[in-house]
Order: sequence, then C-alpha cells, then structure tokens
Amino acid sequence: MSMTMLSEPNIVPSAKKELTFAQALNESLREAMTRDPSVFLMGEDIGPYGGLFRVTEGLYQEFGSQRVLDTPITEQAIIGFGVGAAMVGSRPIVELQFSDFMALAMDQIVNQAAKARYMSGGQLSVPLIIRTPVGTGLGSQHTQSLEAWLMHVPGLHIAMPATPYDAMGLLRTALELNDPVLFLEHSMLYSTRGEVPVDPYKVPFGEARIVRQGSDVTVIAVSSGVTVAAKVADELAAEQGVSVEVIDPRTLAPFDMATIVASVQKTNRAIVFHQACRTCGIGAEIGQRIMEEAFDYLDAPVTRVAARDVPNPQAKSLEMVVLPSEQDLKRAINSVLYRSPA
Amino acid sequence: MTTTETPLDAAASALSLYEQMWLIRLFEEQALDLFRRGLIRGTVHPSIGQEAIAVGVCSVLRSSDGVLSTYRGHGHCIAKGADVRRMMAELMARRDGYCKGKGGSMHLCDPDIGYLGANGIVGAGMPIAGGVALSMRLQSRDDVAVCFFGDGASNQGVFHETANMAAIWKLPLVLVCENNGYGLSVPTSYACSITDIARRAGGYGFPGWSVDGNDLPAVLEITKTAVARARAGEGPGLIECKTYRWERHSALSRTYHVDPTDATNWSRHDPIERFGKWLVQKGWLDEPIDNQTRQRAAQIVSEAVEFATGSDEAPSLEALSDVYDNVI
Repeated sequence: MSMTMLSEPNIVPSAKKELTFAQALNESLREAMTRDPSVFLMGEDIGPYGGLFRVTEGLYQEFGSQRVLDTPITEQAIIGFGVGAAMVGSRPIVELQFSDFMALAMDQIVNQAAKARYMSGGQLSVPLIIRTPVGTGLGSQHTQSLEAWLMHVPGLHIAMPATPYDAMGLLRTALELNDPVLFLEHSMLYSTRGEVPVDPYKVPFGEARIVRQGSDVTVIAVSSGVTVAAKVADELAAEQGVSVEVIDPRTLAPFDMATIVASVQKTNRAIVFHQACRTCGIGAEIGQRIMEEAFDYLDAPVTRVAARDVPNPQAKSLEMVVLPSEQDLKRAINSVLYRSPA
Repeated sequence: MTTTETPLDAAASALSLYEQMWLIRLFEEQALDLFRRGLIRGTVHPSIGQEAIAVGVCSVLRSSDGVLSTYRGHGHCIAKGADVRRMMAELMARRDGYCKGKGGSMHLCDPDIGYLGANGIVGAGMPIAGGVALSMRLQSRDDVAVCFFGDGASNQGVFHETANMAAIWKLPLVLVCENNGYGLSVPTSYACSITDIARRAGGYGFPGWSVDGNDLPAVLEITKTAVARARAGEGPGLIECKTYRWERHSALSRTYHVDPTDATNWSRHDPIERFGKWLVQKGWLDEPIDNQTRQRAAQIVSEAVEFATGSDEAPSLEALSDVYDNVI
C-alpha cells in the first residue's frame, strides 16, 4: 500500500513538524514565557549554558537574566524559592539537574509544595513546575527513577512523558494547573525525535495513551520504557503471533486507572514494566489496583518487570544486569500467557 | 507611613502596639489553658516573653509585605493583623478557622494580610520567603519578605542556601532570628558555634544586627533600617533578636531549662512591662489606661473563644478537599 492511498483527499491534515524531545520542551517553555509574564525559569546551568540537556537553550538570550535565572548549586533553595514565588503570583518552572538531587530538596517538595494548599485550608496555591531527568548510564547518584517516592505524596502532580508530542502537550497542561507538578524527563529521550502538530494542542493529565492495541496481554510502561514495550510488542506479533496492548499512563498523578481496567478486561493479563527498582515501585501500586478493580478478569498473576533492587552500577555490562531488558519483558509476556518462548 | 515616621512617634499608635503585645500574651495563655482542658488537640508552642519581636517587626510592615513564620508563630500572626477569632477557631479545629481545621496552631495562614503561613519544619520558611522576595522583585513591587525563625534554624543548611542566594540576587528579604536560648531542650550556647548569630550575615556580605529582642523600640528601629534597605533594593539583612523562651518548648513537652533560675531572671525583662515603662516615661501610659488596655485585650481573647466555641467542628468532608485545586 502506498502512502498516498492512506490520506483522504478531502481532509487537510494539520501541519506537523519533527522535533526532538528536548526541542519540544524548549518550544513549550519559550511559548509559555512569551505568553505569560509571570513564568520564569530557575535552575543550575540553565542560563547562557542552556541546560545540561539543552532544554533551555537560547531562552536566556531571548528573555534575559531576570526570567532565566542561573542559581548556585543549591537544590533546597531552588525548590523553596520556587514554592515562595509560586505562592505570591509567579509561575516558576525550575530545573533540578538530576532527579537524584530531589533528595536534597525533599522537605520543600514533600512538606511544603505538596501540602501548602491543604494545610492552609485552600488559601495558598503553589503552581510550581519542577522539571528533572531520570535516566541511565551515569551511575548510582545520577540515574535513579524515583517516581514512586513522589506518587506516595498527595498534593503532587507527576508527568512522565515518553514522546516529544506528550512532552509538549503535557507541559502546556502543567502550566494551567495551580498545584506543583513534577515533570520527569528520561535523559535517553532528549535526543529522540517525533512529530508534533504545528498548531497548539494539549495533552490532559490523567489520560493514558493506548500506544498499541492488542488482545492477549496488557503491558503498562512509562517514560523510556514505552518505546521498548512497543518494540517488544511488534516483535512478538511478528515472531509468535502474540497480540500485546501497550498503555502509557503519561501521568502518574492523576492516574488513569479506567483505561487500564478496560484493557485488562479485554486481555485478562497485565504486566507493569518500569526502570525503577521493583520493591515499592509504581508496579506494586498499579498491580495492586488491578487486583482490586479487575481481579475477576485476571487469568494470570499481575507481573512486574523492573530493575533489580540494587543501585545503578556505572559499568554498562553491570547496569544491563540490573535494568529490565527487552528479553525480560518477552519472558514475562510468555509467562503470563503460559507459553514457552519461541 | 513614611520612612521617618514610626508608630512610636504618637501616643495612639504606640499604645496600640502595647495592646497588641497584651493580646499575644493573653491569647497564648488562653491557648495553653484550652490545651490543658483538652479543647485544643496536638500542641501549642507559646511565644510568651517574645512579644516585642513580633510586634516590633510587624509594626513597620505593610499588609502587602510577606511574612513567613514558624510553629511559634501566634504572635507574628496577630501582629501582622490577623483576625484573632479565626485564629482561635483554627486552634480549636472549627470550620471558621483560617484553615478549616486542617492546619491548626502550627500552620496558621492568612495570605490576604501577607501572612503566608507558619511552618512546622525548622528553617523551611526561609527559602519560601526568599522566593516571595524574588517574585516581588520580578513583579516590580517594592514590598519585602520577612522570615521569622529561631536560633535552631540558623544551624540548618537551608539558612545558608537562602542567605547566599538572596545575597547574590540582592533580594528584598529580611531574616529575623528569634534567639530564645533553646532548641527544645538544647541550649543555643551548646548548639551554636558563635554567640551572636547576627555575625553569620557577614559570611554572605550583608548586614547583621544583634538587638535586645525584649526591647520593642530597639527591635522596631533595627527593623525599620533593614526593611528600608530591602525596599530600596540594597538587599537582604539579618536581625538577631535576643530573647528568652519562658515556657516549655510546646504544651506537649516537659518543662526544661538548664538553669531553673533562668526563667525567673528573664521574667524581670518582661518585654511588655519594659515597653509599658517606656510608655509611662513618654507620659502616654498611666494605670487607668494600662488597665483599659489589658481589659480590651482580654475582651478580644474571650470573644475569640466565644466565636470559636460557637463555630461548628470542621465538617468531615473537609478532610478530603484542598489536596488539589482542580480535580482532574
């Protein structure tokens, strides 16, 4: 089938452009700063340098030092200043250079940002966006996936985009929320490319994306794991005729359970695939909720394919032992289908 | 108020500060009593003996100036102009309380008057105040942010982070350290590497002042200087107010002072009494006015208790709201 047969002549497709994940974020930030004078950026090396992963490239030059603020290496103050500024009318978007550094700022994230609205009986708002990378390849203190820490704290929104399209659309939505948003960006995704519409669009929080339809097993994957799961699904379809449905929740808080339950009702099997450690990872929560909300539909135990419970080692050969692989996911899919691998 | 005038320049405004000090004292005595009678849950951290700081500092602020406070913050809240009835209702967990029962004594908050919240975490208000100051600058407002904190908080890492960042950006931030001699049970003389916490400001290149925190005119004068600098864009300042915590750390704690005679000695420096003498010397206070002032303060506190008692308990559904703005 040729490409021309796919497009219907009487529908003009909206114009699209190709961007990297980092460029999509950069464009969203520029757009927000242009539209809303209360938006400002703050973080380490985000000024003239343009951010370690180039997400803020060019913004300092365009908007100046009063709206793109390089900070000292001072994570607790970066978040704390963000909280305070957000309380009195600003919309700060702050960057933590690596999400591991959240550990240095956890009081401000957990005890302050997340609880200000509640403790004040709704009088205070903290519309603060915290962008920060998760990742691989940089050892034990620069690659953790700590999203489960955050999911455990009421009052936080958590976005974990997997594509340039979602990164842009979710960031636009984040800018309309009046509560703190943790925006977790996988460092291996920054250079990946994807199409985004030229016209503005938004991706709502709390709405999962069905990445790939399937009927035999549901795989719930986040962030960089989404592409891996889709690839595994394609391969299993070709190699073994197995039909895998891949779901990307896109946001962990709010969490779209309805899409997952509907999928499990169809496939009767579920696997949660994530790069964070297995124990008390998001798979534990998602798996439990599937048990509570779709138990009668399950034909196999809900399974987690996750990192082993050890820190990330620096050596690639060792990290490959720790992180969940495509093969691990394939094995798990065959296992819940009670099949031997082909 | 222009920069040359202060509430100490006229009898009426000076007396209103005196009344505010009494209001804080009586409010907290009442709160401790309600706690003992089981009518306040959790705990109460009294600032009895420290009233000159709250009143002196806030007397030179505008309502658009931001204040971040601590769990020992009733005085700051009253001095910034809060409704004492809603404060008491919050302490007593009523629906008409400032936070509808969700915050309690440690998290009182009234953004409309620039009281941006007390805090249960030692030192946590400092970077928040820094952010308030930053936002004021970005909005081209000439307001300032003031953060109250204790001697204990000056040992927290966040003090350093805040002071440094506020200094490099010359933010309109006034740090007010209430050095009351104790971090719960541990004396400041043990926990702090230096005697005058104000000297820590030197490490950041901005001015620090140590002042007798029980001397209201002294606190007010120094604050006026620090606030004027901050408003003029000259950057942050640190005021150390030396005072003494008469009471235990909180209503829940055991009474503990390293030297049991300390409290008696310090009570001779009662800030209210001292300011009363100052007013007498000015010829603005005599016994009848003194009595009227105390009675008025007592009346406000008793009306607050009445208001709180007459307000319903926070409705149970309130427990589940205000987690997020928009449920999505």
